[in-house]
Amino acid sequence: MSGVARNVVLYGGLALVSLAAPWIFPAYQTQLAFLWLMVLFALSWDIVGGQMGYNSFGNVIYFGIGMYATVVVQRDLYYTVEEYAELGGGIELLLTPAQYLTGLGLGMGLGVLIAVATAAILGTGILSLRGHYFAICTLGLGVAAGEFASGWDYIGAGSGMVAPLFPDGLGERSLLFYYIFFALSALAFVTLRWLYSGRFGLAINAIRDDEDKAEAMGLRTTRYKTLAWCIAAFFLAIAGGGAGNLIGFIDPTDVAFAGSTFGVWMVLMAVLGGKGTLWGPVIGAVIFHVTQELFWIYLFGWQRVALGVLIVVIVVFFPEGIMGYLRQRRPDWFGETVAEADDAGGGR
Amino acid sequence: MNAILEVTNASKAFGGVIANHDISLSVPEGRIIGLIGPNGSGKTTLFNSIVGYHPIDAGEIRFEGREISNLRVPQIARLGLLRTFQQTRVYTKMTCLQNMEISVSQDREGFADMIARPNPEVVGKAEALLEFVGLFAKRRLRAGDLSFGQQKLLEFAMALMNGPKLLLLDEPTAGINPTLINGLIDRLKRVNADLGITLLVIEHNMRVIMNLAEHIYCLAHGELLAEGSPEAIRDDQRVIDAYLGAH
Repeated sequence: MSGVARNVVLYGGLALVSLAAPWIFPAYQTQLAFLWLMVLFALSWDIVGGQMGYNSFGNVIYFGIGMYATVVVQRDLYYTVEEYAELGGGIELLLTPAQYLTGLGLGMGLGVLIAVATAAILGTGILSLRGHYFAICTLGLGVAAGEFASGWDYIGAGSGMVAPLFPDGLGERSLLFYYIFFALSALAFVTLRWLYSGRFGLAINAIRDDEDKAEAMGLRTTRYKTLAWCIAAFFLAIAGGGAGNLIGFIDPTDVAFAGSTFGVWMVLMAVLGGKGTLWGPVIGAVIFHVTQELFWIYLFGWQRVALGVLIVVIVVFFPEGIMGYLRQRRPDWFGETVAEADDAGGGR
Repeated sequence: MNAILEVTNASKAFGGVIANHDISLSVPEGRIIGLIGPNGSGKTTLFNSIVGYHPIDAGEIRFEGREISNLRVPQIARLGLLRTFQQTRVYTKMTCLQNMEISVSQDREGFADMIARPNPEVVGKAEALLEFVGLFAKRRLRAGDLSFGQQKLLEFAMALMNGPKLLLLDEPTAGINPTLINGLIDRLKRVNADLGITLLVIEHNMRVIMNLAEHIYCLAHGELLAEGSPEAIRDDQRVIDAYLGAH
């Protein structure tokens, strides 16, 4: 089968299965929507964490920003803060379908603007840190963002915010968000595939392998690093906007800036699948999410323990992830072959 | 002849350790200049100062007449002054061809350039240069899978890909199979003659540097000990004493 035909079958088949999935498993629509959210987490984390080699534990900031921005826009377009408070803290926030979708779209847009601007500012400042220092700094920023949101009355402070009720006339809430997250994941995948195959991908890979060398070759590393983080922020902000409305309730530290769950999961999923590869995060997210759901069903009471064991197993046995393991074992599958007779002398 | 690089009275100390003291040297355009000296004599420190890794304490460094001692590493690289590393540095998890593609000159780069598609012209040039250093057959292998000597050759090819005006080579033949060294000397000379790239070479292998350089500077204890033609340096008693540890 030629490369093109194989791609058509692969991507076409995946698209068909994905479009049909919520109808085949109607009872699992919410879980399936979350599956795509996990794919988005892993894909967007891998831009900076995998392809560029900057382990970030703070990407969840952009997720939280998108989440808050969307619900704030949905509220402020149609209600004052006082009216919202009188509605039982937003529990009875009713919007028409048109209002709901307008607010959702505009809110996601605003979330993207704020998140990308934040990424640009933060990135310029802290992407000059290397290795562990960067990781610790992002961890701190993630915690700080949660604390900051917990103290700001305009966005509900510590008691969080409630998303508008899902209006009648838009069908199932989980179905709508399933397709939103699926479309966003597909967009992220295609965009990243395109970016990784060009100059951008080469540049951030070079930064991962040896940033000093990249600078010595004249590469404008700061620009590439900041751009990479902004792209991650873009997708996470939209994902956050959708997730806030799907979950229905925003807690500043447990839902929006949830560093200890979403923030860690996005790292684990990318590592499990193989960081620095295009398919790795997707595969890792699917395996991780399915495993996690199974733990909840069959090991209830012990699900957190099982999750912990899974994390240890991932880090110890698959440090390079599934795709990394395959690449080590079968480099020829990844096009790493010696072309002709060895004319350079010396062994491989 | 015009000097492409002019170092005047450069000094650099790390705390109490004086790595370079009052060093002046001049690299004429289009030539091959050697820089020798015993271990710890300050050769690599001088290289680092020239390419902007650390500021110098005193003196000045001019590249094509422009003061560069206040510029940062990538800015200096984009002017066309490039260096290779003593401890070879390539992008180990990328293929040789990718290593070459990302090494093109970065002199102008807007947003569109940052997300540009692979350019067939660039790929063609990369393949030609890989052929030149004898790595064409391995272009699809990861750079980290190459032997040390081959990585050294790849790093050299990457530097050429960038099209510098002046190339600073830090021990280009260290770790290379002796039978390949003659080929490398030949290639360095061709790069200088055909591509017009000026070379400043640190080298410990006397046979190599005597064959290669037209003019040699010798450092010892952070100071310029001697300079002159290869023959003059070879016969200079001070140089011989420095290498034998007379002081």
